[in-house]
Amino acid sequence: MPMSEARAGDGQVRPRRAARRMGERIVEGGLFCAALSSVLITLSIAAILIYESVEFFRHIPLSLFLTDTVWTPLFAEPRYGILPLLCGTLLSSFVAMAVAIPLGLVSAVYLSEFAPAGVREAVKPVLEILSGVPTVVYGYFALLFVTPLLQATILPGLPGFNVLSAGLVMGIMIIPYISSISEDALRAVPMELREGSFAMGAGRLETSFRVAVPAAMSGIMAAFVLGISRAVGETMIVAIAAGQQPSLTLDPREPAATITAYIVQVALGDLPHGSVGYQTIFAAGLMLFLITLAFNVAGYFLRRRFREAY
Amino acid sequence: MAAGAATSVRRVRESGLISRKRRKDRLFAALGLACLAVALATLALLVVSLAADGLSRLSWDFFMSYPSRFASRAGVLPAWVGSVLVLAVTALMGIPLGIAAGIYLEEYAPKNWLTDIIEINVTNLAGIPSIIYGLLALGLFVYALNLGTSILTGGLTLALLILPVVIVATREAIRAIPMSIREAAYSVGSTKWQLVSHHLLPYSTPSIMTGVIIGLSRAIGETAPLITIGALTFIAFLPAPPIQPEFPFVSFRWLFDPFTVLPIPMFNWVSRPGRDFAGNAAAAGLVLLIITLAMNAAAIYLRYHFRKRIKW
Repeated sequence: MPMSEARAGDGQVRPRRAARRMGERIVEGGLFCAALSSVLITLSIAAILIYESVEFFRHIPLSLFLTDTVWTPLFAEPRYGILPLLCGTLLSSFVAMAVAIPLGLVSAVYLSEFAPAGVREAVKPVLEILSGVPTVVYGYFALLFVTPLLQATILPGLPGFNVLSAGLVMGIMIIPYISSISEDALRAVPMELREGSFAMGAGRLETSFRVAVPAAMSGIMAAFVLGISRAVGETMIVAIAAGQQPSLTLDPREPAATITAYIVQVALGDLPHGSVGYQTIFAAGLMLFLITLAFNVAGYFLRRRFREAY
Repeated sequence: MAAGAATSVRRVRESGLISRKRRKDRLFAALGLACLAVALATLALLVVSLAADGLSRLSWDFFMSYPSRFASRAGVLPAWVGSVLVLAVTALMGIPLGIAAGIYLEEYAPKNWLTDIIEINVTNLAGIPSIIYGLLALGLFVYALNLGTSILTGGLTLALLILPVVIVATREAIRAIPMSIREAAYSVGSTKWQLVSHHLLPYSTPSIMTGVIIGLSRAIGETAPLITIGALTFIAFLPAPPIQPEFPFVSFRWLFDPFTVLPIPMFNWVSRPGRDFAGNAAAAGLVLLIITLAMNAAAIYLRYHFRKRIKW
């Protein structure tokens, strides 16, 4: 009797357990597909950019694209030199980083090494908001507040569209980005290092810049690199405030177009699908993708290094 | 006596050194505060300048009017309706996908090269400029899949954009749950999915919500990718209503209608020569800013509230 009962019970349990295992497999498969979809996104980005760019480079040789100094693809006599767009992109990023790196780094050192916990807790969320403001709003601010302000005070001859105010505002936007990654890196430096330094008679400032900052250097470099990548890819601020004429200039007081601003400009027009003009935005996009990819990968490895260090 | 004098001299000199160091420390602290003040003052100036230009334009009519050639009659009705619908698609697609991917990477993924690739890839996705997502959507959704410049395309584009944010938030939330919870669940015979669905997900919901809100607030302000896929700047009609009087009472035609979103009329107004439309742009910007600030505040509140309540 007991034996047959046990067998009956066994018979019921087994299919249920099998069904359960089956269900687990299905769930795991579904979750795996979701994770894999992120790789799929990257692959399709690369595929689409490369596919359309190959079409583009069938019409315009790569050497001309990289060396010609005029970018007028939508004119009657089109020229396809990416250099002016590249120049505008680098110039605006340079201005932005000239603001964001010093302000971001000093803020990070202050928040991590000097500030009382209360100040830190209060300031950090507000700083985060700074990077959450829609970029189109920053564009408005750069064009209709910062430029007039600069014109009225230190640069009377400044044109209405210029790289300077776009870059300045972009820099402010990137501060929280740089300061939060740098601060994470600084706080990952073990207290013993600082205590050692204090024991040798060093002050807070000396300890910060001779012990904590060097120890956190790879993380801080990662912050800079990721900040640059952010500046290079920023679109709306430059599209609104920097003007949209591509020009080969290194003077931030002049208007210039970036790669991103050009893509926006073309997208606002009405280019037929498949035309060379339509393909230019993919060729320009591929350029942008490669630049940011290089910075992001460098940032990734730098960040991983500081995580492993201690 | 002499020895005592020497020590006291040294003490004086040392205290001079220390006070000099202290002074430098205080100077740097002041510099740090000044840097933070620059950042925060910019935020304040931004709000004030938007309010000064735009507050007078904010009215019921502004939200209930279509765009117009006359600055005083132009409104954002199609834009905010478009924003709501696009965001609904984004949330429906992006949140489940992101949470599922996060769960897999944190709880299921074996340590192998494929997992490594997925991880590096998610980090990289977060760093890709938003306009590149626009190019992807233009080539893939608009032309290859032939979805056109529709609300569906816009929503999918932004879903891709917030995916890394949701994935990272999910992973961090699940990682914060202590091992003992998992061990306890396994010890009473639960399967992995039971552990995830009965324990890990409910416990990490507040933190995941924080990430989701921040992702969505970014999606609301996102302009470049939607311009890239060809969202209209001037639109004088609303998408088809999702509810209809005849059977089957719900309609999904709106998914395939052309659209605009809140930042786009603002961009359009800012780009016009002359200052006629600047007030409108500022008003639209003010709306965007208030939504963003409110969502960020909600996220911060959630984070602090639950961090205080849950102590592992």
